[in-house]
Amino acid sequence: MLRLDALNAVYDRLEHRVVITIMGAVAAELQAIGHRPNFFYLQHAMGLASSMGLGVALTRPELSVVVFDGDGSILMNLGGLTTLARYRPRNLVHVVFDNESLLSVGGFPTATSTGSDIAGMAKAAGIPRTATVTSLEDFVAAFDAALAAQELTTIVAKVDAKGPAGFVTDLALLENRFEFQRWLRNAAAAAAPSHSQS
Amino acid sequence: MLETTRLDAARLTASFGVPDRNHPVPVSVDSSRLIYNALKESGVRLMSALPETWLVHLIRMAEDDPEMALVRLAKEEEGVGISAGAHLAGTRSAMLMQNHGFLAAVNGIVSCAQLYRIPLVMLISHRGEFGERDPWQTEGGGVTEHVLQALRIPFAYLDEPSHVAHRIRKAQTLAYSANKPVALLLCRDLMWEEAT
Repeated sequence: MLRLDALNAVYDRLEHRVVITIMGAVAAELQAIGHRPNFFYLQHAMGLASSMGLGVALTRPELSVVVFDGDGSILMNLGGLTTLARYRPRNLVHVVFDNESLLSVGGFPTATSTGSDIAGMAKAAGIPRTATVTSLEDFVAAFDAALAAQELTTIVAKVDAKGPAGFVTDLALLENRFEFQRWLRNAAAAAAPSHSQS
Repeated sequence: MLETTRLDAARLTASFGVPDRNHPVPVSVDSSRLIYNALKESGVRLMSALPETWLVHLIRMAEDDPEMALVRLAKEEEGVGISAGAHLAGTRSAMLMQNHGFLAAVNGIVSCAQLYRIPLVMLISHRGEFGERDPWQTEGGGVTEHVLQALRIPFAYLDEPSHVAHRIRKAQTLAYSANKPVALLLCRDLMWEEAT
């Protein structure tokens, strides 16, 4: 499965949701598909995208939050899985694209390439719903099921170690940050969809 | 002024365990209450924390307050991400940590909060000062201010009750006007009541 195909397949579900991504290929590819003001790309601070998602999810329970994480990033904040599990916000879906490598710095293999199981660790941390998927069809099914479940879910999507040619985009970091904050400020509770709607 | 969004704080803090209250430590309840009240009055509605001795009362106050969401962390750096998310979503937060926790959070502070201009109000227990008896705390005390200075993070000391409220208020004012992290160092003279 290509990460780009996975993002494309669920892109229409993201229109009214809070989306937080890690740096690198995920950010570049989602922007290539089409940036929206409700998308925030954490272009550094590896490991903290899931923590940011938790901060939004806990303080805005009326909003649906999707985090697009990666194996290299979550491996830097495995303790964060226990914090996610401890507060288990029902409005958060945590997707980990696992290409078993640090792609943007040359493709060096991560520990998932030698058997470390992120979904297994998430489950053991106490995250109520976890899944590992390897096909596009299974990814879309797991993503939709997670949105419908209204229960904290970590989906590990095994993807090819292939990414875009470059990682720098036209969107300035601070432009993204203030636009995203404005979108959150204007996202009136009445206009926001419930987590289960896709 | 940022709008404060509603928080289901009771849901967050209920049933997540109560610390042992039967082993009192000579940490000042009065000073902790002063700090807590100042944070509350300045609009803080979410606190992230990793427990340490000097912070026990502050954490219990947050836990007992149905209007406060307390997020217990595995490592302090997570708190930077949580505060960043809360800020962008419209909720004021504060971080409670030991200075060694601050040291553990430095990359998040730099490459999340500073890179993205996120206001952070960090309350850092300043272990390893004069009077420190725990050998393991002594190295961190000597580097804390230097690291804050190297990161260009404005900081002030909370070492005497009379200035606690207004220093917290002013620290938060600067954090939000500058969109930057600020730090308040909780000192032994304020926090610790044991005769030395």
